[in-house]
Amino acid sequence: MASAYLDLIRIRFLMMLAYRVNYYSGIIIYAINIGAYYFLWGAIYGAQETLGGFTVSQMTTYVAVSWMARAFYFNNLDREIGNEIRDGSVAIQMIRPYNYLVVKMMQGFGEGIFRFLLFMIPGMALACLLFPVKLPSDPGIWAVYLVMLFFSFLINSQINILTGLAAFFVESSEGMMRLKRVAVDLFSGVIVPISFFPGWLEGAMRWLPFQAITYLPSSVFTGRTPAGEIGGVLGLQLLWFLILLLPIALVWRSARTRLFVQGG
Amino acid sequence: MKLRFYLSLLMDYFKNYAKTKLTYRADFWIEVLSDLSFQAANLIFILVVFQHTPTLGGWSEAEVIFVYGFFMVPFGIFGTFFNLWNFSDRYITKGEMDRVLTRPAHNWFQVTLENMDPPSLIGSLAGIAIMVSCWLKLGLPLEWWDIPVMIVLVLGAVLVYGGIYTALTAISFYSDAPTGILPLMFNIQNYGRYPVNIYNKVIRFLLTWLIPFAFVGVIPASYFLGDHGDGLSQLALLTPVVGIVFMTIGMAVWNHGVKRYRGAGS
Repeated sequence: MASAYLDLIRIRFLMMLAYRVNYYSGIIIYAINIGAYYFLWGAIYGAQETLGGFTVSQMTTYVAVSWMARAFYFNNLDREIGNEIRDGSVAIQMIRPYNYLVVKMMQGFGEGIFRFLLFMIPGMALACLLFPVKLPSDPGIWAVYLVMLFFSFLINSQINILTGLAAFFVESSEGMMRLKRVAVDLFSGVIVPISFFPGWLEGAMRWLPFQAITYLPSSVFTGRTPAGEIGGVLGLQLLWFLILLLPIALVWRSARTRLFVQGG
Repeated sequence: MKLRFYLSLLMDYFKNYAKTKLTYRADFWIEVLSDLSFQAANLIFILVVFQHTPTLGGWSEAEVIFVYGFFMVPFGIFGTFFNLWNFSDRYITKGEMDRVLTRPAHNWFQVTLENMDPPSLIGSLAGIAIMVSCWLKLGLPLEWWDIPVMIVLVLGAVLVYGGIYTALTAISFYSDAPTGILPLMFNIQNYGRYPVNIYNKVIRFLLTWLIPFAFVGVIPASYFLGDHGDGLSQLALLTPVVGIVFMTIGMAVWNHGVKRYRGAGS
């Protein structure tokens, strides 16, 4: 069984590899976005040394690594699941001897490996060339960051799966997917680090899973998180991963009994 | 005569659009909401940032938000009439351009009207509301000519956008797989919403004269905000000129491209 799942990762990876040219422009797009925010933050800081607990140089690194992390964890599992529900092919998937949601997760991971190797790493190299990004010197930080990045992928994919499964309950989930994408970009800390939010909003964000996608790992990467707190931050990611399993299981259970195929 | 014909086409296409949309009313509102959420996220960014700094490159919070509000107006109008993100796929690969070209109206009008997306206009309304509130906050004087100047500047900005994206969409006539140039541009335009003096010289030049996204946001808006010592407000009245120049280039590239269209195989 495990080998079947591994094959799914491999197949998706190879499929992505066949279309790799499409992602070359993506690297440039992400570099453009990093550039926009690099100059913007430069102007925001002006003569000030630190804002929201970040120095200018930490902010540059934060922006670069956050966008490039997004290049890795981003996927369209929500759209894939939504489409399969709408055209009814999910019914075929359900009678196959595997778990549909695990399959989706594996396909997402195959895409993730591709994005990591051919999108995030070259993109990060380009960002280091163009902007004064300061990479951490401690190999321990690198190791922790990679683990946290993996959890970013898991949590983001879980949120995507939940959004995709909403197609069981609403007939058009297009708008919802777009809303979710904006919410994740804003609240995960890609656009603004959570510590910049006004107190009440920052407080609210601490109780939501979004910060575990970008803000927590990027803060560790920039060296903003003290060594003593790294364990707790990792634990928080693990906790959110486990918590999010619950609504997925519930939605999946109740959804299966109400499949309604449009035009199928 | 010709104008009347095109106006009646516009009306008919709009009626047609309304009929299809009324079938899925919930969709319509979700679409509006998700359009607005994208703008809201950018506004939240500005609001959050100004909690930590009094000025951005010499511009106050109300001024930067005013620039953003101004940007939303031409952007909404542009989005209404220019919804051609899947042009290459639908009209070239699937050959729908055949159908369009057999009709008497100009093909560019047909293609844009067929894909019109009026909910984008709600973004323009939101932009106007934002501008009005900033206008009051800044205590700007309101002269009678401000309104006609505003309309001319907005139309100029729409033409800038229209010209750039018409030219880029027309690339599909020349190349089989125009990968990623449109999303590329879509991301570059983010730069135009903020005062361009915060960028370095190369980017500033690029945004002012080569891909003039600065003429969609900060330059025309600075006409109303006055001189900031960066020479932007002096350029403001050039907006309609830049718009016409870029729209002319765009249509030239388009018309030249349509002649190369050969129809799909099947």
